[in-house]
Amino acid sequence: MAAGTPLHHAVRWALVGPALVLLALLPVLLTAIDQPFYLVPATRILIYAIAATSLNLLVGFGGMVSFGHAAFFGTGAYVTGIAAMHGLQSAWLAWPLAMVVAGVAAFAIGLVSLRTRGVYFIMITLAFAQMMYYVFVSMKTYGGEDGLALESRSALGFGLSLKSDTTFYYVTLVLAVLSIAVLWRVVNSRFGRTLQGIRENEIRMEAVGFPVFRHKLAAFVIAGAVAGLAGALAANQTDMASPAFLNWHQSGMLLIMVILGGVHSFLGPAIGAAVLLLLEEFVGDMTTHWQFYVGAVLVAVVLFAPNGIATLAVRRSRV
Amino acid sequence: MSDLLVIGGLVKRFGGLAATDGVDLAVGEGELHALIGPNGAGKTTLISQISGTLAPDAGHIRLQGQDITRLTMHERVARGLARSFQVTSLFRGFSVRDNLALAVQARSGSSFRFFAPARNERALFEEADRLAQRVDLQDRLDTQASVLAHGEQRRLEIALALATRPRLLLLDEPLAGLGPEESARMVALIESLRADCSLLLVEHDMDAVFRLAGRISVLVAGKIIATGTPEQIRNHAEVRRAYLGDEAVGA
Repeated sequence: MAAGTPLHHAVRWALVGPALVLLALLPVLLTAIDQPFYLVPATRILIYAIAATSLNLLVGFGGMVSFGHAAFFGTGAYVTGIAAMHGLQSAWLAWPLAMVVAGVAAFAIGLVSLRTRGVYFIMITLAFAQMMYYVFVSMKTYGGEDGLALESRSALGFGLSLKSDTTFYYVTLVLAVLSIAVLWRVVNSRFGRTLQGIRENEIRMEAVGFPVFRHKLAAFVIAGAVAGLAGALAANQTDMASPAFLNWHQSGMLLIMVILGGVHSFLGPAIGAAVLLLLEEFVGDMTTHWQFYVGAVLVAVVLFAPNGIATLAVRRSRV
Repeated sequence: MSDLLVIGGLVKRFGGLAATDGVDLAVGEGELHALIGPNGAGKTTLISQISGTLAPDAGHIRLQGQDITRLTMHERVARGLARSFQVTSLFRGFSVRDNLALAVQARSGSSFRFFAPARNERALFEEADRLAQRVDLQDRLDTQASVLAHGEQRRLEIALALATRPRLLLLDEPLAGLGPEESARMVALIESLRADCSLLLVEHDMDAVFRLAGRISVLVAGKIIATGTPEQIRNHAEVRRAYLGDEAVGA
């Protein structure tokens, strides 16, 4: 009855299905072509796909261009590192804790910054993230500028170890699929429609009776918590919680992933994460100036596919 | 006639200018009350304070006896006070159906539901269809709001406000920019709304005002200089001098 509404973002199984199969078979395929070490960058792409998709809940669906998403990503990483340092190794406890703390941080930062709009919102989220950066840099107990080395990767139990690249890859894949699926449901729920209405016309939303601020804050907390999970995974992958995770470069990189992939398509940011990190991986091997080429790609996307790479892939319909 | 909306001693200053200067106004249950006045009289400023987009400096606003002066706009909407905007305010990128379904969703249960697909909630879309019918947009349900004709957009604007099931509807210049045909259609629509709710109508089209309104208040320089039936207002000496002029009075 309401099919085809731009408010509903259907799963395109024709594309998503084969992609999932490919991702599930990737370790086998890479072993077959004798390039198993590419599992590490593949895992990294999945981690950033989670973070970029969570940011897009704000940017693409809520119209909130946050330039401080690294704050929550970094918080997740540090919570994992600090928890490990104090003896909390279990992934089952440390990762949810990372999400909760990142969510609480998002609540506090959102409470203040969501009172502003547009450019002011961009600046205030950036400012908060930089404050968090300097807070962690100044904490000598937790590594200061050098970052906090993880004594060991989070423990999974069941005889599984994250030291195995394959295990880590599959754990990340499961969490990426889960969290992206949850965000997908959120986007299509009542809450998601409300969020998209706010992006479209905030005053009108107030005028038909929506408590706009509360919805924006809830979206900010959800996005922050999911970014916290990505941060926990990133800390495990790099074996450390680095201040670089909180830096504004990181926030900028997440935004580039979102814009590159396409803000109005649900899977665009995940595709953007893959494209950006693959560029970094392969062009970065050839030249230290890989960011120049990233810039060139970004300019090309803005000129030729202003709605992102995802719209190129499926000719103007949504992924 | 019991009073639905009561405004007392309302003041709003912008620097040295009192845009609202001690306004007292009452709108009765089931009444269609028109607010007229020359440009710059402070009509939209007053509407903004009633609807909650602008906080008054002094005075009070009561709806059904409850003080709503300090409530946010969405809290007022929940109590039955809705508005339309002078400059059409729609979800321009959404279809007519989605515009209305979203407005219906606002008052039909919590929107802090994160998992069930809203698209499957038939009730939302059925009500949206009924509202579209009400404003004669049933053939435009799948059309994106931004490509509707101006008159159609104005009617969608009214329907969005109606979706909140208001007890009192504030209409801010609903006829603005409409041609004669669309104007007549809008006047008929407004007339039909009287069955559902009370109305406070701000309008420049004097023909429409004198035809629709049960009572009229005249706002000049932030003050209400007269309130009465269309007949009383037409013959009010001060109103004629300040505002109406001979041409309009003859209408």
